[in-house]
Amino acid sequence: MRAAVVVFPGSNCDRDLAVAFEQAGAEVTMVWHKDSELPEGIDIVGIPGGFSYGDYLRCGAIAANSPICKSVAAHAARGGYVMGVCNGFQVLTETGMLPGALLRNAGLKYICKTVGLKVATQASDFTAGYAKGDVIDIPIAHHDGNYFADAETIAALKGEDRIAFSYTDNPNGAIADIAGILSENRRVLGMMPHPERAADAGHGGTDGVALFRALAGALATA
Amino acid sequence: MKARVHVMLKTGVLDPQGEAVRHALGAMGFDGVQGVRQGKVIELDLAEGATQADVEQMCEKLLANTVIESYTVEMA
Repeated sequence: MRAAVVVFPGSNCDRDLAVAFEQAGAEVTMVWHKDSELPEGIDIVGIPGGFSYGDYLRCGAIAANSPICKSVAAHAARGGYVMGVCNGFQVLTETGMLPGALLRNAGLKYICKTVGLKVATQASDFTAGYAKGDVIDIPIAHHDGNYFADAETIAALKGEDRIAFSYTDNPNGAIADIAGILSENRRVLGMMPHPERAADAGHGGTDGVALFRALAGALATA
Repeated sequence: MKARVHVMLKTGVLDPQGEAVRHALGAMGFDGVQGVRQGKVIELDLAEGATQADVEQMCEKLLANTVIESYTVEMA
């Protein structure tokens, strides 16, 4: 698996995401936001958490219009894999690679804690390492994680089995307890919780490891 | 020339910040505030010849997220 992790000014989970990919066996290249091309032969692009461009205007809005994001969108359009965590999920909705938007948490507070996530589908290369219905412990750390989409979009996400993870105890007001969703081709994942922060015994939990291992298995270099 | 863009959350999209302001006003004794919606105002200083359509393009592509926000443009 060859992974690229995009670094924006204000990204702060880029290294964590790179380490999680590496521990699963990936060869990782960091890519700066001003680069206009991804390196050749990349299987998956990781968009990390953080506060890209200081969250100015809207979370992820300015990053979504950066030069590298055009290449990431082209990579996704070619059927490439993309994974956005936290601010990365916000960037993916702002680019339109995933539907909906992330609003301010319903309780207005920034929330930083480990939450229970239900694996809502096994049918993706991101979630194949879990069983449907498994409850895993993964940290969240966000102020704007309240997933919103219109009723038609929510019905489509449910009908097409595109909800990847849902909260067992909704912390932020997200519609339908949605914590993470998949694209139509199931190769783009956006999620607010941080699996890369539950990927090493030193983190206090390793429930995120199965996600990276499943990806590495699916994208093993032939 | 200048343009002023107002961006608001669409009707039906929860505005927790507006709700917090409404609660604060009530707590301060301002009775009868039935709803508060908070938005933003963006002022653009534009070269001569810019049109409303240009600004609307800016809104569609960056200034507003039309999944959750609506916008109005005033040219001055």
